[in-house]
Amino acid sequence: MNIFVLLKRTFDTEEKITVANGKIEDDSAEYIINPYDEYAVEEAIKIRDEHGGEVTVVTIGEEDAEKQLRTALAMGADQAVLINTEDDLEEGDQFTTVKILEAFFSDRDVDLILGGNVAIDEASGQVGPRLAERLDMPCVTTITKIEIDGTTVTIDRDVEGDVEKVETSLPLLVTCQQGLNEPRYPSLPGIMKAKKKPLEELELDDLDLEEDDVEAKTKTTEIFLPPEKQAGKVLEGETADQVKELVSLLKTEAKVL
Amino acid sequence: MSKKVLVIGEAREGSLRNVTFEAIAAGNIVSDGGEVVGVLCGAGDLNSMAQEMVYHGASRVITVANEELKTYTSDGYGQAIYQVIQDESPEGIIMGHTAIGKDVTPKLASRLESGLVSDATEVVVEDGNIVFTRPIYSGKAFEKKEVTDGLVFATIRPNNIPALTRDDSLAGEVTEKEVEISTIRTIIKDVIKKSSEGVDLSEAKVIVAGGRGVKSSEGFEPLQELADTLNGTVGASRGACDAGYCDYSLQIGQTGKVVTPDLYIACGISGAIQHLAGMSNSKVIVAINKDPEANIFNVADYGIVGDLFDVVPKLIEEVKQMKVNA
Repeated sequence: MNIFVLLKRTFDTEEKITVANGKIEDDSAEYIINPYDEYAVEEAIKIRDEHGGEVTVVTIGEEDAEKQLRTALAMGADQAVLINTEDDLEEGDQFTTVKILEAFFSDRDVDLILGGNVAIDEASGQVGPRLAERLDMPCVTTITKIEIDGTTVTIDRDVEGDVEKVETSLPLLVTCQQGLNEPRYPSLPGIMKAKKKPLEELELDDLDLEEDDVEAKTKTTEIFLPPEKQAGKVLEGETADQVKELVSLLKTEAKVL
Repeated sequence: MSKKVLVIGEAREGSLRNVTFEAIAAGNIVSDGGEVVGVLCGAGDLNSMAQEMVYHGASRVITVANEELKTYTSDGYGQAIYQVIQDESPEGIIMGHTAIGKDVTPKLASRLESGLVSDATEVVVEDGNIVFTRPIYSGKAFEKKEVTDGLVFATIRPNNIPALTRDDSLAGEVTEKEVEISTIRTIIKDVIKKSSEGVDLSEAKVIVAGGRGVKSSEGFEPLQELADTLNGTVGASRGACDAGYCDYSLQIGQTGKVVTPDLYIACGISGAIQHLAGMSNSKVIVAINKDPEANIFNVADYGIVGDLFDVVPKLIEEVKQMKVNA
C-alpha cells in the first residue's frame, strides 16, 4: 500500500509567543512535528506494518524542516520528501499549500493519505479536505479509529464529542484526531537507521509550478497578542462565604448568571 | 462595496444552532448593505427554520430538502451547497466554524479555487476592506486577515460575533431549491452519542472543567451537576484525559478544543500553558484549586483556594438558591 503522511513543523506547545516587528518571534523557538500530524505518522506506520507497503512523509517548508522529517523516519516511516519553498515563496496560504501538494501527488500512485486534523499554529484545518477535493478522493476528517480490509475502510470519527461510524473505500484521505493512537518515541536504532533513509528535496520548479500558480488568496495584515489578562480577585473567608460572594459577583459584577 | 453574501445555516436535532444567527450577523457586516441570503440543507420541512433565519436578519432563504441530506456527509452537503453557489454567484460565503463547517468549507473553497479564512472571531469593514480577526497558536496570538483575490469566504467561531436581535416583523422570501445528489462516498453507518446533551463545548455559554485534581471519573460527577445547574457543559484538561478520568473529546487546550464561553469554571486545573491557550479568552474565568500558587489563578477573574469537593457542592446549592430567589 502506498501511504503518504502530510506533516507540518510547528512551534513546541510549551512555547510562549512573542511578536516583534509585526511577526511572531521565532529565533529561539523549539520546533516539533505538529502533534496531530504525529498521530498520522504513527497510524501510517501501524497500517504499513499490518498491510505492507511504504510510508512517505511529505512536508512543505524550509531546510530546517528536515529535522522533523528525520524524526518521522526514526519513528519508522520509509522515506521523506521536503518541498523546499525557501527561495520561491514569501508568503502562502492554504490555497498555496494545496496547489503544491496537488502537483506533487499528480503523478503518484496513492492508496491512503493521512494528515493532522489541524495544525496548532495557524489552525485552519483546511489542507486535508482541500487536497482531497483536488485529488477527487473521499475524505474523512477527525478520525479516532481506522480499519482497512481490502479496499473497504471503516472509520470512527469524532464529531463534537459524538462518534460517527463511517464506511468508505480506498484511495482515501483522512485527518487524525487525538485519541487515534499513542505516537511512539523514536528508538535509538530507529534514529540510526533514519539517517540513511531517503530524503528527497524538491522545489517548485521540479513540480512544474511557477510562483504565480500558487499565489495566496488571502493575506495576513497584522499579528498581535491578546491583551494581558489581569489576575483577578482571590476570595477570602470560610468556604461557604466565598461561594456566596462568588455567586453574587458572577451575578452583579460579571453579569454572567 | 456592497456584496451578496450566502450564509450557510446549520441545524441540530431539528432546530437551528445559534452560530447560524451569528453567521447571519457576520454576513450582514461582510455584505456592507448588500444582500444576505440564507441557505439551509436538510430533509423534510425546513420552512420554520428558514423563517427563523429571516427573523434574525437574512434577506431571503434558500432551502434544499433532500433525503440524501438527512444526515451530514461532506459529499452530500458539498454537492448541494455547490449547486446553490453556482445559481447565486455570491461574492461572500459565511458559515459557522463547527464540525460541519470545518469539514465542508475547505472542500468548497478548494473546488471554487478561492481563499478561506477559518475560525474568525471578529469581522469589520475598514476603509472598504473586509478584515477578519482570528486566533493563531490556539489564542496565544491573533492575526488580521484579508482576502486578496475573489470570493470572501470565512467560517466564524461560535460565541464571538453577536447575533442580531430577533425581529419577527421581518419578512423575506423562502424558496426551495431542488438539487441532484450523486455518489456519496462516505456512508454513515451509525452515530454513537457521547455528549451528555445537545451543547457542544465550542458553543457552550458555561463550561465547568476538571483537571487532575478531580482524581477519578466519579470525581467528574459534581462538576457535571454544577454544569447542569448552570445550563452548561463539562470540559477537561489534558491531565484529566491522559489519566483516563474522561474522554478525549472533552479536552480543552492547545491540543483539544479552544473555547470562549461566557463563564469558565476551572476545578482542580493547575493551568499549564497548553491549557490556558484553549480557554484564556473566555469572558469570565473562575478558578477553584487547592494550591494558591497554581498558574490558573493568574488568568482567573475570581479564585477560590480550596478543595473542589468541598467548594463545588456548596456552589451548586448556592446557584440553586439564587434561582429559587429569582
